[in-house]
Amino acid sequence: MGWLTLLVFSPIVGIVLLLLVPSTQAKLQKRIAVICSILPLIMSIIVYQQFHSGADLSIRVPWISFGQYPFSFFVEYELGVSGFSLVLLLLTAVLMIVSMVTATMQIKKGWKQYALLTLLLEIGILGVFASQNLILFFIFFELTLVPMFLLIGKWGGMEKERAAYSYLLYNGIGSAILLIVIIVLFANVGSTNYEAIANASLSTELSMGLLISLLIAFGVKLPIVPLHTWMVRVHVQAPPALVMIHAGVLLKIGAYGLMQFGIGFFPASFQDIAPVVAILGLVNLLYGACIAFVQKELRSLFAYSSISHMGIVLLGIAAMNEAGLQGAMFQTISHGLIAALVFFLIGVVKEKTETTYITRLGGLSRTMPLTAGVLLAVGLASLGLPGMSGFVSEFMTFLGIFESMPVIAAIGTIGIILTAAYILRAVMDITFGKEVLAQQGIADLQGKEWIPVSIMLGLILLIGVFPTSLTHSIQTSVEAIVLRIGG
Amino acid sequence: MDMETLLAYDWGIMAPEFTIVIIATLLSLLDLFLPHSFHRKWLSVFAGVGILVAFVFTLSQLGQEADMILYDTYRLDLFATSFKLLLLIGAGLVLGLSASYHRKREQGEFYYLLLTALLGAMMMASSADLITLFVGLELLSISSYILAGIDKQSLKSNESAMKYVINGGMATAITLFGFSYLYGLTGSTQLTTISEILPSLIRTPAQGLLIMAFIMTFVGLAFKISTVPFHMWTPDVYEGAPIPVTAFLSVVSKAAGFIILLRVFLTLFGTLEGLRLNETFMQSMALWIGVLAALTMILGNILALRQHNMKRLFAYSSVAHAGYLLVPVVALSTLTLENIWFYLLVYMFMTVGGLAIIYVLYEKHGTLDLEMFSGLYKRSPALAILMTIFILSLAGIPGTAGFIGKLNIILGALSTDPAPIVLVSIMIAATVLSYVFYFGILVQIYFRSNPFQVTIKVPIVMKTTLWICAIAIIGLGILPNLALDFYHHYVDLINVTEMLWMRG
Repeated sequence: MGWLTLLVFSPIVGIVLLLLVPSTQAKLQKRIAVICSILPLIMSIIVYQQFHSGADLSIRVPWISFGQYPFSFFVEYELGVSGFSLVLLLLTAVLMIVSMVTATMQIKKGWKQYALLTLLLEIGILGVFASQNLILFFIFFELTLVPMFLLIGKWGGMEKERAAYSYLLYNGIGSAILLIVIIVLFANVGSTNYEAIANASLSTELSMGLLISLLIAFGVKLPIVPLHTWMVRVHVQAPPALVMIHAGVLLKIGAYGLMQFGIGFFPASFQDIAPVVAILGLVNLLYGACIAFVQKELRSLFAYSSISHMGIVLLGIAAMNEAGLQGAMFQTISHGLIAALVFFLIGVVKEKTETTYITRLGGLSRTMPLTAGVLLAVGLASLGLPGMSGFVSEFMTFLGIFESMPVIAAIGTIGIILTAAYILRAVMDITFGKEVLAQQGIADLQGKEWIPVSIMLGLILLIGVFPTSLTHSIQTSVEAIVLRIGG
Repeated sequence: MDMETLLAYDWGIMAPEFTIVIIATLLSLLDLFLPHSFHRKWLSVFAGVGILVAFVFTLSQLGQEADMILYDTYRLDLFATSFKLLLLIGAGLVLGLSASYHRKREQGEFYYLLLTALLGAMMMASSADLITLFVGLELLSISSYILAGIDKQSLKSNESAMKYVINGGMATAITLFGFSYLYGLTGSTQLTTISEILPSLIRTPAQGLLIMAFIMTFVGLAFKISTVPFHMWTPDVYEGAPIPVTAFLSVVSKAAGFIILLRVFLTLFGTLEGLRLNETFMQSMALWIGVLAALTMILGNILALRQHNMKRLFAYSSVAHAGYLLVPVVALSTLTLENIWFYLLVYMFMTVGGLAIIYVLYEKHGTLDLEMFSGLYKRSPALAILMTIFILSLAGIPGTAGFIGKLNIILGALSTDPAPIVLVSIMIAATVLSYVFYFGILVQIYFRSNPFQVTIKVPIVMKTTLWICAIAIIGLGILPNLALDFYHHYVDLINVTEMLWMRG
């Protein structure tokens, strides 16, 4: 079976146990869901150990065969990890626990179904990062679609169904384009194994066409402006516990896909369109930051902030050198943690004050000093304060992009200033703004709420202070890609 | 024909057909002579046994050498056997769907009409002659016309039968007209002989007539598989006919349409030299069929968007699926037959499953409106999850057999020639479009609430049918090689070129 299979399908344990518990026993259900969500983390830590001790984790089992000899097409069930996907697997497992704990506090109705769908979603996300075969990747990728649709549409805010549909259609179109790319590759290469495709020689025109299609397909997911409207809607409408996963790891599939497939399969063509990617990144960075600056509502502010931060990922990828790629991967992980923590805090604030409008949250530092404090901390991490994870990723990305495209890098630095401006405006308004919140009766962070906060803040600081804890893993992926660009 | 020649034929070839004939005759006699107190729903058991026996006979014929009887008009080859299995599975599922709600105790004709229609379809699969083929087609059609109007007291059912007869009659006439051209050009109705003479007509003045014959036959057959331009009858007939008949029309009848299409077109035009150099006749015509396929997929899915009546929605969905199934016919490759076979198999399970749940809810609420699904998850979680499986498979979401079917079709289309990429893109775009109405059903099931909190009881036969469909869809979605290996193992002799058995 192999550890990876066990890891990917470990959420099934939770699903089965939850199905066995009668729906009246809410407390037991919550306990089971949280405990079972720890299982994938244990498995991914084992995988991490194995990977770093040099064990071969990959599995390859024949699965589907289409057609007959000599015109047959084989699809194998193939799992494997690289340094980068390993870290993403860990991130998924961690954020899942955190999100599940959050959900026990914030999801009131239909808890069992919520937990079942989230666990199903987790299988999809873990599978995406662990597959080594495009068809398998696609199946897991689409496996996230249905649970997300139902989760947004059932547990979301006022316009939940509209958000669910816009999620479905944008991502449906994205995956449709991805499917065409996959099948064209399948028909041309005769296999959908990552390595086989990377080693195949395709004509320049075909590679370019496929690469552009990939850019659109993953551009929807990342998202790249102007394909971002669905993502803002989902951030605003979906329950915060779900947005933690969505912003934390689900969107990161876009970044992962661009690096693993975009550069991995078509390094030469990617070199040709790198300036375009860089400009797209710049647009993301500046557009996201500018729009974030004028938002009055916390969730949409941080949605645009996510767009802006994904611009940095694009810049890092476009740099096409070691520092840039390292920065992009770093930013992917770091932003995953930051976004999850931000949306956890927004969830807490929304629960207790019943608003997320910045102007109505003035004086939060008086009523909920701890929440406001953590919000300030994560805001600082987000704008790249040294000692936090955001700094390392931005530093490395810009190091990379200055080396290959100095002009774009120079313009990009404006984005960093803008980030500081909109984050500080929001945080200052909330903490030190005009006091509008009633002082009494609002409880601050307490009890169980400290679990998510301490895990995520701890990791943000850990990565910020000891970046090697992360580079140690992703270095192999970076080197592999750099080798392909160079060769 | 004297007795000796008759006895010399290997009649074992027709064992499945004989079984069906015998059971159908037996059922009609039983229906005639049994007292009124005997509930006619028990006839379904006989019909079921008949289908099962025919299925076993057909299975035993797998791997046999191809053989022809009756002056080369009736042919048993792997093509015929593999598709007959599909027809029998489809008919068995329809029977499982119909048996549960049989209220009029004295009406038993449904069962033997179902069997005669099935017989017609099976004859079409085996025919090697235009006349045999046409007789099969008519047997299927006429039985289906009566089936559509079997609910004698219902105005809608009568209207449906009437529309079906008129439209169907027209389409049959056009098909026959096309056949008459083929006969006129070659002087034979035997497919082998026709295919031997046709090459001599290319690049002669008769070529124009050949194109006419092709178009006429295709357009006529488009009726059976309900593709543009002959799709208009589908929603009306599906809506009026009783649900088991709707299921029969969209599953068995459609499969039969594809069988005849493949049989005639691949044998006659598959390797025939085309209008331009270095292409086959099918390739010369591919553009036109491609346009029809694209229109079918787009129109089917767009019109389905606006439907609230579940039967009409399934009708348009069935039109759209016919479009997907035409893609392999346009982009002929070594995978074509496997594509169509597998997709039809999957399509049977998901359509019968979906219609079965609609049937259960219709019996409960007496309405066919989309809102019949509202709050289904609260009322019956099991039905809700089953319906979710069928819907996701119809929408082609990975993890279900519907996805593997589509993947197989797309792969087949692009495997030899990159040109069908446009058609494939349209197919994928149409699939995404279809998400809107398929997920609309999920919205009703999970997000809406229903004021009537009644529990739903499902009859045991229906329950079994539903679970068979669901398990098949998930099973084939995760391990598609359960069916594909079976196909590869037995049917490895036929691919598009070898299908052209007549040409030596």
